[in-house]
Amino acid sequence: MKKLSILDRMLLLGTCLLAAYQISTGIAGLNLPATWGFTIGFGTLLVACLLLIILGFEGLERQVIVIVSTLIPLAISFGLISTHIPHLIIPYLIFCVIGFSAIAITRFTTSGTIATIILAIVHGGAGVMITFLPIARILTARSSPGYLLVSLGGGLIGLVGILLAFQRTGKPLIPQEKILSVLPALLLLMTAAFIGGFSFH
Amino acid sequence: MDRLRIILQTIKIKYLPLIKSLQTGLLLITGLAGYMSARCPVLNISTLVGLTGSLFLAISGSTVLNMWYDRDIDAIMPRTCNRPLSTGVTKPNEALIFGLILSILGISWALAIDLLYGLIVFAGLFFDVVIYTIWLKRKTAWSIIWGGISGGMPILAGRALGVGGIDWIGVALAVGILFWIPTHILTFSIRYHADYQAARVPTFPGSYSFQATRLIIAISSVLTAVALGSAAYGVGLTWGFLRVLAVLSVGLFILAVSSLTSPSDRMTFGLFKYASLYMLSAMLLMFFAGF
Repeated sequence: MKKLSILDRMLLLGTCLLAAYQISTGIAGLNLPATWGFTIGFGTLLVACLLLIILGFEGLERQVIVIVSTLIPLAISFGLISTHIPHLIIPYLIFCVIGFSAIAITRFTTSGTIATIILAIVHGGAGVMITFLPIARILTARSSPGYLLVSLGGGLIGLVGILLAFQRTGKPLIPQEKILSVLPALLLLMTAAFIGGFSFH
Repeated sequence: MDRLRIILQTIKIKYLPLIKSLQTGLLLITGLAGYMSARCPVLNISTLVGLTGSLFLAISGSTVLNMWYDRDIDAIMPRTCNRPLSTGVTKPNEALIFGLILSILGISWALAIDLLYGLIVFAGLFFDVVIYTIWLKRKTAWSIIWGGISGGMPILAGRALGVGGIDWIGVALAVGILFWIPTHILTFSIRYHADYQAARVPTFPGSYSFQATRLIIAISSVLTAVALGSAAYGVGLTWGFLRVLAVLSVGLFILAVSSLTSPSDRMTFGLFKYASLYMLSAMLLMFFAGF
């Protein structure tokens, strides 16, 4: 498996610092569930990137990292739902809990294909929410166009999720080496897009 | 000019390697973080310089004295056999004198700054060199507790200098370091088990088992997070900083559990690295909270 280069480490460290910045400064005017959602999302991103720096790309082969990483889109999408559609907090929380549990259970009990399908559904659902909710807000003039950056972040997280999911089925869309060589840059770009976008919230 | 270059070269080759720069640097940062956690006037340059200088000298002095005393063990273990005392680059007497000078200078400077601060710095050096290294290290695996206590002294000293006494926050910070030290020493004792066996140094993997050692590392990591989290709350860190610390603590907990459920050298060493990063991050958060 590809070894982490110095550039990879710097990009991942940059992602860690951006995530830590977002957690520490928070987003003004949010309710408690949204604050928790974003804290868990960026917190998971922070820890996942630290583990990648420490364990190398081999860390991606560990089930626990795959499972915990699912929290990133789930928690960020939950934060968005809590912020903009607060009456859907409970139903969406149920989706998150069931989705996360299903991923955790199938990772340990079923074949790779079923586990990947479940992962794709849950990851995809959360990704769609992150991508299209800000677009809907902008189209209805309730948020400024800069909020589109959050959608860009959602698109990138979806891309990362899909690439890694297909890689785990043994049928990668692009060679593993290429996925891993762009992964740190994608993670940094995604985090920067989220933080930039949230400043227009 | 040539003479100066020779002197600098000698210091670089013979003496600098005796000061474990990473370990000394990290302990120094804990002392500074302890001081800054008191939110005392941080621009008191003379105190800050005194704290940094005295702690650096005292920590370096104890490190050199440890290396001087352990030179026979270091010569046996492949990990440490290239140290200057083992290779003969530095003579034992030179190291002893160097270590004593650093220690005396550090303790004297610390006592001159503040009596309580100086006594705590002295206690750290005494616990580390006399109790841990000379008395217990070759007798029992449990000696690491004293290594942990001495490691907690710089942060306690820094805090005591900042607030003018010993408070529960200072003790919690020291306890955090106390529990962090075993993750450091025990990880090395797993990774270099054969070395320690050859040198006949009692370790937890040798006296108990690898799994028991991993369990202790995991428990220590979690207790580190609890102690530092409590101290951070007591210090009055903002919710934003506390959230970052909480996130890092959860990561530490997950890694600790993973190292038990899927044990491997890589995982244990990963936990050790994460615990070190965690410690550094916690210290930086408390350091910057002082501004």
